[in-house]
Amino acid sequence: MSALSQYIELFDSHRDTIEAKSAAILNEYRYDARQSLDGKTLPSKGTEGYEKTSVEDMFLPDFGVNINRVNIPVDVSLSFKCDVPNMSTIMAFVVNDSFVPSSTLHNKMPKGVIIDSLAKMAQENPELVRRYYNTLAHRDNAMVALNTMLVQDGVMIYVPQGVVMERPIQLVNIFNSAASLMGVRRLLIVVEEGAKAQVLVCDHTQNSEYNYLSSQVMEVFVAPNASLDIYDIEESSATTSRHSQLFARQERDSQLLVNGVTLTSGTTRNDYHIDLVGSNCSTTLAGMAIGSGTQHVDNNSSIRHLATHSNSNQLFKYVLDEESTGAFEGAIYVAEGAQFTEAYQSNRNLLASKQARMHTKPQLEIYNDDVKCSHGATTGQLDADALFYMRSRGIPEQEARTMLMQAFMVDVIDMVKMDGLRDRLRHLVEKRFYGQQATCADCGVTCRDAKKD
Amino acid sequence: MKESEKDKNKKIPTNDDIINDVTTSEYKYGFVTDIDTDIIPQGLNEDVVRLISQKKGEPEWLLDFRLKAFRHWLTLEVPTWAHLDIPEIDFQAISYYAAPKKKEGPKSFDEVDPELLDTFNKLGIPLEEQKVLSGMAVDAVMDSVSVKTTHKEKLAELGIIFCSFSEAVRDYPDLVKRYLGSVVSYRDNFYAALNSAVFSDGSFVYIPKGVHCPMELSTYFRINASGTGQFERTLIVADDDAYVSYLEGCTAPMRDENQLHAAIVEIIVEDRAEVKYSTVQNWYAGDKDGRGGVYNFVTKRGLCRGDNSKLSWTQVETGSAITWKYPSCVLSGDGAVGEFYSVAVTNNRQQADTGTKMIHTGRNTRSTIVSKGISAGYSQNSYRGLVKVAPNADGCRNYTQCDSLLLGSHCGAHTFPYIDVLNDTAVVEHEATTSKISEDQIFYCNQRGIPTEEAVALIVNGYAKEVMNKLPMEFAVEAQKLLQITLEGSVG
Repeated sequence: MSALSQYIELFDSHRDTIEAKSAAILNEYRYDARQSLDGKTLPSKGTEGYEKTSVEDMFLPDFGVNINRVNIPVDVSLSFKCDVPNMSTIMAFVVNDSFVPSSTLHNKMPKGVIIDSLAKMAQENPELVRRYYNTLAHRDNAMVALNTMLVQDGVMIYVPQGVVMERPIQLVNIFNSAASLMGVRRLLIVVEEGAKAQVLVCDHTQNSEYNYLSSQVMEVFVAPNASLDIYDIEESSATTSRHSQLFARQERDSQLLVNGVTLTSGTTRNDYHIDLVGSNCSTTLAGMAIGSGTQHVDNNSSIRHLATHSNSNQLFKYVLDEESTGAFEGAIYVAEGAQFTEAYQSNRNLLASKQARMHTKPQLEIYNDDVKCSHGATTGQLDADALFYMRSRGIPEQEARTMLMQAFMVDVIDMVKMDGLRDRLRHLVEKRFYGQQATCADCGVTCRDAKKD
Repeated sequence: MKESEKDKNKKIPTNDDIINDVTTSEYKYGFVTDIDTDIIPQGLNEDVVRLISQKKGEPEWLLDFRLKAFRHWLTLEVPTWAHLDIPEIDFQAISYYAAPKKKEGPKSFDEVDPELLDTFNKLGIPLEEQKVLSGMAVDAVMDSVSVKTTHKEKLAELGIIFCSFSEAVRDYPDLVKRYLGSVVSYRDNFYAALNSAVFSDGSFVYIPKGVHCPMELSTYFRINASGTGQFERTLIVADDDAYVSYLEGCTAPMRDENQLHAAIVEIIVEDRAEVKYSTVQNWYAGDKDGRGGVYNFVTKRGLCRGDNSKLSWTQVETGSAITWKYPSCVLSGDGAVGEFYSVAVTNNRQQADTGTKMIHTGRNTRSTIVSKGISAGYSQNSYRGLVKVAPNADGCRNYTQCDSLLLGSHCGAHTFPYIDVLNDTAVVEHEATTSKISEDQIFYCNQRGIPTEEAVALIVNGYAKEVMNKLPMEFAVEAQKLLQITLEGSVG
């Protein structure tokens, strides 16, 4: 049985339950998504765009889906403190794929800002949700359709016109279950005209005895003159896979920063589709992956310049150790008429062991002459001269290697605009290179699997 | 015409004007030679394959090879992955064999059809005796049948074999048998299978051990008869310590319908040998609305089998309506070197999807890729390349640079590099840029009294220089001219 058919079967036999525990707007798209999956399969290795990542294999294990919305009794606010020192965030939690309601959340927020359950908002404010939900994600994409068919809840973040959020929003995704589980996650972010927000999303796994799969679709709308920063940090476990697709749309004069950091995971595939539909937009897309064990990290970006005077900048860096594998595919598309575009892309990779593998495919697709576009990709090792220099000054080889690897990652970390987060990330990366568990003060959770490898 | 126009308007042409002028440029090789041709009816089936083999008087083993390829071809589908808009090709509407009619085979040079000689004179090929002094050995292939090879005797003294493919099959069956299909198997791809089934002729080169070929070897390909396809095969073998530089030129007459060209080039490079393969491809590109032109679907691959062997591809691609071509190097000998230098120019409605593959399977192998794309008019120009480092290939090095220059706002330039590194000691670099000729550069030239049109020519030439420098002298001059004809119209 193919991976897809087991989920289709689940939907066909439990459609009523799925719909009853969700909201009308989410249900509206379900059947069409189901229909579009007929005769389709999930991409496997070798499919164009999926050369090294088999989505089929990711979805193939018989994951449970919590269609009955059974609550897993976790008091997240007590047991979990994803602590970022010197940074005060508005924190919201998602356990598996359910939004955890909080009574204190709303007191902290500026007027009109919404951070809430997508299903709840779909009931309370249907016009707002309908305007955005499932309008941006590529519906003909099988993984989007699969998500749309099964999703019952998600998170909606809405920042109204002109509101400048002083404090960052932090969304903590936690996997914790007593059986292998697929979390069907959905995130809808709308930043209205002239508004400004920073969103920090982090993925964790609490109970890494079981296998988890996160199937995530994010839709991001950035209105004219708005500014949005998204930091997406994955620090789960070797038993957790993640298939995440981000679809963003930028209107004129807007700014978007997306920084995806993959520290610990099993198999990760991140898609970034960013459309610059208005002129004078600015986009920064950065990514970083540190791989060890048999970890596999695949980032796939597609930035489409559809209007004039926009610029985009992409930087992806990988350090791959042990038997880990990495893949990167990035496309810059400049449409006919999108004059005065500046688009840059860079992918740099370090292979730290014999068995590590890297696959890179940067692409430029340009239908216009007045552009400045470039991309660069390198794959190599640590600079032998630098290593020798350090060792000749008494730094042990392992230490020197770690320092150089850390230094290699600095420019991605420096793209983080929040001071507190940047320091924290630097610390996490350092710990990661030393193979240590990254735990926060007072936190009852071990983010990394103690029995690693 | 340009001059008078300028006088009338008293205006310095802008960039766009110059680019518009391009459409007025003519394809100077667009003549048809009225020559008796032996064409078999259109269509393709096993009988046609047998007929071709029979017409060429081939041995049994070659017919078997053809039939195997043909049967495999039937199971394949037309590849669609390239960034090309290829109209559906009716493979049954093509004649798979067209040869200048032989009157009992010319025994001496005088017996060669004068019309034919005239054609080659027009092309400026030093085929005639008087041009022997120019010191180039030429194998001219017209409608895929080799017509005449010059300098054969002189080469034979050194033990070099340079002849048409059919002669090689007749005279050196063991060599052909050993190497045919060893680099490009008939199972390789759709067009390779087609070629393996119906190839009519081509060139065969064998350089024995330790021989440094004293002259450039050259082949000129020309499609003449209408409604035919050209399917030639080139096989080059450089034995230990040998060296050869090989040139290939292509032209075709102007026709309204599209012509298919599906060739295979196989190169085998043994220990410490070096092969330099240069192409100036100027097939008819179609008119400015994209009518007619040659479909150029070519499989070229070299196997650097020996240690410290070297293969260098240089290509200047200015012609063809559609180009689908990826000259590759398989670097399996330790310390082997692969090089790829390319200038691809597209104009009007031309489409090109071209690049290279560098497959590193030997230790300490090195490769360099320099690709320069120039697109103008409504054309689409893509670079597609693969750099692969195998798990056991320690110490490999690759440097890739692909630049695109856009002239005009309706054309497209695309880059699709695939980089696959399976070894941690490899250093692989890829760089690509896309830009247009900047106002600053033009302004700088104008300031110094260089008119805009000349400035564009100057900048384009400078841009392509890195690759042009790699061409042998004889070709460099021609290629430079071609570049100007193709791009700059009345300029230059």
